[in-house]
Order: sequence, then C-alpha cells, then structure tokens
Amino acid sequence: MTLTSERAIIEVEQLSKVYGALPALQGLDFSLARGEFVALLGANGSGKSTLLRLLSGLSKPSAGTVRIGGWELPREAMAIRAQIGLVAHRPLLYENLTARENLAFFGRMYGLQAADCEARAKTLLRQVGLPRRADALVRTFSRGMKQRLSIARALLHGPAVLLLDEPYSGLDKSAADSLDDLLAAAQQDGRTILLSTHQLERLPPAAGRALILSRGRVAYDGALEASELAAIYQSASA
Amino acid sequence: MKTSYLETVLAIAGKDLRVELRSRELISVMAIFALLSILVFSFALELDRAAREETVGGVLWVTLIFASLLGLNRSLAQEYDLGNLDALLLAPAPRSAIFVGKFAGNALFTGLVGLLLLPLMTALYGMNLLDGRLILTALVGVFGFCAVGTLLATMTAQTRAREALLPIAMLPLALPFLLTAVRATKGILTGAAEWQVWFQLLAGITVIYFVLCLLLYGYVVEE
Amino acid sequence: MTIELESKPMPLLLRALTIMTVLGFATTLYLGLFAAGTDIQQGDVQRIFYIHMPSFFGAFTAFGLTVLGGVLALARESDKWDKIALAGVEVGLAFALINLLTGSIWARPIWNTWWTWDPRLTSAAVMCLTYAAYLMLRAGIEDANRRRAFMSVYGIFAFVTVLITLFIIRIVPDTIHPVIVGASPQNAQGSFEATSGVVLALLPSMALWLTVMPITLIWHRYRLEERREGLDRLKLKLLSE
Repeated sequence: MTLTSERAIIEVEQLSKVYGALPALQGLDFSLARGEFVALLGANGSGKSTLLRLLSGLSKPSAGTVRIGGWELPREAMAIRAQIGLVAHRPLLYENLTARENLAFFGRMYGLQAADCEARAKTLLRQVGLPRRADALVRTFSRGMKQRLSIARALLHGPAVLLLDEPYSGLDKSAADSLDDLLAAAQQDGRTILLSTHQLERLPPAAGRALILSRGRVAYDGALEASELAAIYQSASA
Repeated sequence: MKTSYLETVLAIAGKDLRVELRSRELISVMAIFALLSILVFSFALELDRAAREETVGGVLWVTLIFASLLGLNRSLAQEYDLGNLDALLLAPAPRSAIFVGKFAGNALFTGLVGLLLLPLMTALYGMNLLDGRLILTALVGVFGFCAVGTLLATMTAQTRAREALLPIAMLPLALPFLLTAVRATKGILTGAAEWQVWFQLLAGITVIYFVLCLLLYGYVVEE
Repeated sequence: MTIELESKPMPLLLRALTIMTVLGFATTLYLGLFAAGTDIQQGDVQRIFYIHMPSFFGAFTAFGLTVLGGVLALARESDKWDKIALAGVEVGLAFALINLLTGSIWARPIWNTWWTWDPRLTSAAVMCLTYAAYLMLRAGIEDANRRRAFMSVYGIFAFVTVLITLFIIRIVPDTIHPVIVGASPQNAQGSFEATSGVVLALLPSMALWLTVMPITLIWHRYRLEERREGLDRLKLKLLSE
C-alpha cells in the first residue's frame, strides 16, 4: 500500500455516484501511477463521463473516496482543481473571443501571472499547431481546431493530470493523429493521462493500460495490447 | 494554489465585457426591448399628464425588470450551452467569486439600459427623471434584482424550459424590489419625503438578497 | 415473482398528532363559532378571524419548515429533508390560500369588496405565487440532485416574501388591513378588538394552526412522497427486468 500510494497520483476507492434512483458508478476501485497513460473504455452510458466529471471536481461522489496528488475530494477540491486539466465533449471555449483571449482568460481563472500566461499560451499555441490563428475568433474554428485549442486550454496551468472525454469523436484521421502526437508529448512531460473512448478501433497508441467500465463497474483493468481485450469489451458492453 | 477572489471577479466580468463589446448581443436586445416597452406603455395607457406622474415609476421598473430577464437568460444560456459554466467551475476559483463576476456583467448591462431609459423617458414623458436620488434608486434596484436574477438564471439555464421558467421563478422574487422601487420613484417625483423609507427598504432587501446569493451560489452550480 | 410496495407502519407519534389535529380542529371550530361572543359591529362575519389569522401562521410554520428542510438538504445532501421542504410548500400553500379566501369573504361585507390592491393583500398574493412558482420550477428539473439543490435555494429565497407579508403592515402605513397584535394603522378599516372572549377562542386556534396541524399534515405528505418514490423505484426495477 505504501509503495503504491507513493507512486499513485489518482487513488479511487469504493467510488459510487447515484443520480436520484439511478446508479451511475458502483464501487469503483483503481489507481493511476504518476506518468501513466490509461485508456478508459466503455459503451455509452457505462459511466465514463460521470467518472471524469468526478475526478475533475465538477461533481461530488455519493460514496467512496477520490484522492488526487494526496488531496481528497470533495473536501480539498480547490487544490485538486489546480492539478487537473479536462478536455470535455464540448470545447469549453468562448466563441466570441480569439484563441489568445481565451487562453488569457483561463490563465487568469487559474491565477497565472499575465506575463507567464502569455508566454505559455504562445508555446502551447505553437505546440497545438495554431500559432497563425491566435488572433482569430474561436467561432471561425473547425471542430479539430477547437479540440486542439481545448487541449491548450487544459494544459495551460501545467496540470499533473490530463483528463479527456471522447476526444476522438468528430475528428478526421489527420486531426486524430495530431491529437495522438500532442498526448504523447504531454506524457513525456510527466503528465498522467486518462482518456475515455467508446471506439475500440481508435485507441491512443501511447496508452499502456486499459480500464473497461460496464454499467458503472470496472469490468477489466490491465494491459491495453492484450489480445482478449476486444472480446472483454464486447461482453462488457453487451 | 487558489485564484484570488478579486482576480476571479475581474477576469469573468472583463471577459463578459469584452465579448459584449464585440458582439453587442445583450445590450442591443435589451435596449431595443426597453425602448419598445416604454412606447407600448405610453400608447396602451394613453397617459395624460396626471396619469403619467402616477405610473411613470411602474413603467420604468417593469421595463427594466423585463429587459434584465432577456439579458440574464442569454448571458447564462451562453455559458451553459457551450459548457463554459463547467470551464469556470473547473478553475480553482471561489464559487461565490464566479457569481460576483457573472453578476457584475449583468448588472452593468442592465444598469446601462436604466441610465439610457431615464433621459429618454424624461424627453418622452415630459417629466424630469434625471434626479440624483432617482439614479441612485435605479442603480440600487438594478443591483438587487440582477443578483437574484443571476442566481436564478444559473439554475434555469440548466433546465429544459428555461425561457419560460426564468420569468416564473424570477418575477415573484423580484416583486419586493418592484414594490419598493416604484414607491421610492413616485415619492421622488412627487416630492414626498417618504421616498427615503422606501429607498431604505429597497437597499435593505438588496443587501439581504445579495448575501443569500453569495452563500447559496455554490450549491446551484455543483452537482 | 411477487412485487410489493414497501410500506412503513404509521408511527405512534403521527397517529397521536393526527387525532390531536382532528379533535383540536373540532374544538376550535366550536369555540369560534359558538362559544365566542358575537362582535357588536361586524356580527357573525367576524368569526372568520378564528380561521383567517391562524391559517396565515400555519403557512408561516410550513414555509419555515421548507427553509429548515432546504438548509439541511443542502448541508447534508439529504433527500429526506428535501421531501420535507416540498411537503412544507404544499401544506403552506394550502394554508395561504385558505388565508386569502377567508380574508376575501370577510372583506366583502366589511370593505365592500372581495379584493383590493392593498400592500398586505398584494404581498400575500405574491407569496402564494412564489410558492406556486416553486412547484412549477420543481416539475421542470429532472435530475434529482440538481432538483434538491435548486429547490432548497428557491425555498430559502421564497421565505423573504413571507417575512414581507408578515411585517409589511408595520412598514407600509397606508394599508387598510387591521393589525391584530399591537396598534392598528390609523386608516385600518374593520378593526378587531382582542377582548377576553375573543382571546379565549383565538389562542387555542392559533396554537393548533401554528404547531400541531402543519406538522401533522407535512408528515403525512412526506410519507406520501416516500411511497411515491418507492413506486418509481419499483417501476424502474420492473422495466430493467
């Protein structure tokens, strides 16, 4: 236990979330080591989004504990929020602001110094391949561009953990490939990544481990390249 | 790491102001509505001089409250539809500071509409509404009902029939403001000393509502 | 497989409260309608006060419980207190409507009108509308956790209209509504002298409407809500099988 909790950045114990009478998550147990890249698999409605919302502090657990970087949810949510970057279904950007203005705004919301924030925004915009669109309004962006800016937004405050909810949906082949490159780079910076998807045929190549959810429970937790993964996934989502 | 209160408020209010300066979406809708409203009232009520003195306060305040409803609905719907309310909540910023930031933008736009209405009604109704006391009353009233309105619009933005639900939820709670502000306005226009009692009452209700909003906002944005 | 709706037996205390409410209501009706003397100026119509004023205070207690329920529902994330808050709104609204209706019946002979836009009457009507809005808003929110949070907040805010209705007589001098406790405003029409005979009939009625009656009704309504939810769970279970 001591060994794992030193290495683990995310520890989830007996986590449950209930919406009214509907259980969304039922007694989840797992932990993520620092620097790990984990793919969160499961059919629609298996509880992937609920789990990511809980981990990012947007929603409170009904029972169980979540510890991230040694802090506990929901009591120490403020400290946890500073360590989390979330890329959600929706881009979480302001359409009537430019890319640069969006990043400047979110930088302020995370308490970054204006000068630091500007420098980081510049680097990130280059990394996500949007340096020339920095001063264009976000509403003129394509889905893929919004997605990339959204990743820049999530990485802006240098979070230890990056959570992504179905980032491949709506992306074409080249956009998805550049997403993979970005994620690999983020992992190399030492970030822990949890990425959810329901498409088994499009898995992040950098991920080393899979976590399959089925009806709010962990159905599989192990190596991603296991040959029986497809079969397990099929039976879990049936 | 935690973002400071003031920084959060300024960031959100500044962002809303910048978006609004660019699109003029809220203020133009609110201003045009307010204009139409005072014109419609003056036709519908066929106001003669004496009747105008009686009703001008009511026309002003009903117009302001309805205009603010339009603005509030849009302001919070914009945040909610793109998921940006989540983006604000993801930040390590105090929840009540998020409220104050959203409130500041809404109050500013509604206040501007109010300041636009006063000279306009002065010209159209032939009565001097450009009185320091009246401007103060207008600003306090706007402050108060925009606070409740921001809280309620945050709630109704997360429901299905929000355009219908915001007025239903808001109007009963805005009535204490309407009641006191209309009386204060009437008192000021007719030179009655009792306007002070009404103004104090309005200010008191504003303080109570604002404190309640600060305390309770966290609960309506967190699941 | 047999499916049964879970049902808890009625607690002894609730049985006792129910009996107290029924007997108390009968007794206070008797006191108000027969035992108390007839008002010299107003005649028999004055007897409506033995219901009119207590019903407002019953609404006060019920809406107060909504505030308490809201605060505890928020603090403890408790669905139980949320149900109590809802029960408080429904019972309180029923009491407030009784209050408006009886007032209106009294006003017809005394003020010569069913309704007038007097500050207190207006604020009482606003109060009713606020709680009607509570029920509409509640019906519009599907997610249970959100509903609990929103309605707790709304229930707390709504109480401001109750306080305004209660105190407006003292703030707004131009009401024609008489004040029962303390001095009436100068222009109050149809005053109400608290003579000893009146007090004898009014006090028990006040005590009943202020405490036992709203609590009993809210408790019953709470149990009904619990059973309704049990039924929903049962439906869900049946559907998933």
